[in-house]
Amino acid sequence: MSTKVRRVYGYLAEFENASQLYKAAEKVRDAGFKKWDCYSPYPIHGLDDAMGLKRSILPYFVFVGGVVGFLTAIALAYTTQVGLYPTVVQGKPANIFTTAAFFPVMFELTILFSGFTVFFGLLGLIGLPRWNHPIFASKQFLRVTDDKFFIAIEARDAKFSAESTKTLLDDIGGDNIELVEDDSE
Amino acid sequence: MSEATTQSETNMNTVKIPVLEREQLILNKRSYHWITERICGVVEGRQPFLWWILFIPSALVALVGVVGGLTYLVSTGVGVWGNTNRVMWGWPIVNFVFWIGIGHAGTLISAILFLTRQNWRTSINRAAEAMTIFAVMCAGIFPAFHVGRVWMAWFLAPIPNSNAVWQNFKSPLLWDVFAVSTYFTVSLIFWFLGMVPDLATIRDRCKPGIRKFLYGIFSLGWRGGNRQWSHYEMAYLLLAALSTPLVLSVHSVVSFDFATSVVPGWHTTIFPPYFVAGAIFGGFAMVLTIMIPARALYGLHDMITMKHIDNMAKIILLTGTIVGYAYLMELFIAFYSGAKYEIAAFTFRGMGPYGWAYTAMMSCNVLSPQIFWFKRMRENLWVVMAVAMCVNIGMWFERFVIIVTTLARMWLPGDWKTYSPSSVDILTFVGTIGMFLALFLLFLRFLPCINIAEVKWTLKESDAHDEDKKAHPDDGVELIAAYQYELHENPEGAAREAGTEMKPSAAVTK
Repeated sequence: MSTKVRRVYGYLAEFENASQLYKAAEKVRDAGFKKWDCYSPYPIHGLDDAMGLKRSILPYFVFVGGVVGFLTAIALAYTTQVGLYPTVVQGKPANIFTTAAFFPVMFELTILFSGFTVFFGLLGLIGLPRWNHPIFASKQFLRVTDDKFFIAIEARDAKFSAESTKTLLDDIGGDNIELVEDDSE
Repeated sequence: MSEATTQSETNMNTVKIPVLEREQLILNKRSYHWITERICGVVEGRQPFLWWILFIPSALVALVGVVGGLTYLVSTGVGVWGNTNRVMWGWPIVNFVFWIGIGHAGTLISAILFLTRQNWRTSINRAAEAMTIFAVMCAGIFPAFHVGRVWMAWFLAPIPNSNAVWQNFKSPLLWDVFAVSTYFTVSLIFWFLGMVPDLATIRDRCKPGIRKFLYGIFSLGWRGGNRQWSHYEMAYLLLAALSTPLVLSVHSVVSFDFATSVVPGWHTTIFPPYFVAGAIFGGFAMVLTIMIPARALYGLHDMITMKHIDNMAKIILLTGTIVGYAYLMELFIAFYSGAKYEIAAFTFRGMGPYGWAYTAMMSCNVLSPQIFWFKRMRENLWVVMAVAMCVNIGMWFERFVIIVTTLARMWLPGDWKTYSPSSVDILTFVGTIGMFLALFLLFLRFLPCINIAEVKWTLKESDAHDEDKKAHPDDGVELIAAYQYELHENPEGAAREAGTEMKPSAAVTK
């Protein structure tokens, strides 16, 4: 006989619409939970405040990425055009005064590196891609990308308790409250 | 007195209640689930017969024109494109500029309209971005192969090589390499990132199997949590902010290929804005050309409404008029400069052996969109389609006029020649049209053609404060009631607010 260990992921509760989700999120935030999330088919504006989330730090990464791109372009242009292979063509000398002709490449590489930073920075921040997630064990959760709104409070939150968290979700108007268990092992 | 009273009553009847709500972007009060069903249904259901009717010929044309034509070119030599003198060199460049310009509307819709909060973009941005990607792919074929030995195309990139030779960074042709490759990469990231939540929607609807696995891979494990959305929205905003200057720069750089040369007819400072406006103009025409049939094919009328088509027609009118201004300004400056070579170049364009191409360009690009001044014309899909086709043709001729007529009369009379494309030239160009359509049809078949998440976001009930607003006395029906109360108690004020002047006599009677 095999023993199957099933870890509890947390509670999942459905909410009727965006307005209900918003109000419920404020209450979960005020109850002091940290490891929880609101799930919706589309981004709901203002929910960040209701959840107490800070503004995304992605722009700082992208600024650094852009600067790196800009410096790469400068290095590339000057090493190849002034250092390694100077040519005097189009009446333009191969020295510092050629800078104006390098502007387009500097601009494009700034954008290119920033673009890559947005992509990989985003994936890093949201922790994707990943093969699976315990929350997918819930059958009703499949509708989240369609028309359902959920709040999930994770079991690893310090304030989580099997009874009181369920009561809280019930009090703030959650339906179909479900204890999600990780079925991956 | 009685007459005056009647007048006042008439006035009260004519005072119109102002429009209280914006025109809905999604018609018939569709629900979230309906939107999901309808868009995913395109991917999940069997394709309509017409899809096959369009796809098979397009794919065959692409196979013969692009795969066959290019195989023949590579195995024989670039001479089959007739690139034996400088005039014949024009064809690949005409097609390159034509296709790259098409892509610009996609980025404009996805980036610039996003930054300016034009919510109507949500219904068309996905397909327009797909169009961008495919158009840039078609565009890339021409410069890559016209270099002669395509297996040496990597010489375009700044990679150390055994000759210790480096590219000329002062050349607009190298700027082009950077601009176009950056444009393609960033557009691809933008398109893919925008699609991740929608791929997750399809994934969650699939039965377990290979389809679910593949959509799962490409949706990256998206869960739709607000901790993801929060960063995602920021990433989307940043990409829009990066793409906006990028799209303006790409066609500017393309125009530098011409503008920085010392050739009459090319050496003008108006080229960058003129090329960008032309690109957006041609791109919107292509969006309409492919979206109107797709809308009819899959019954997307509630999401791509007449308002969307109307807005696009207006943009075509605007950019077409800008392009017309640029054409006339070019002529004026040629005359006003007094430079005889400049004057000769433009006289040759308009009245030389290529005068027919110039006329085609002028009538298709400048005159045909003017019909969009009339609302009735913007509402007639046949007229819209006809104008869009005119613009597609006209924009191709614009590049033909700019490139070929100028090259045909360069400084040295020894270079002069009358242009004629070779059969392989034509084959390859037609092939790219087939390739573009085939790729677009495959896109409709396998990927969500409308941005599901963003369309849901434009619905009224998607607002987190929707219920509070409903409860507020100023919303909807209650607002009308409040206004009608105002209308009866204070008709003068109500009339002023509504913008309808009341006759003084009526006011006095009251």
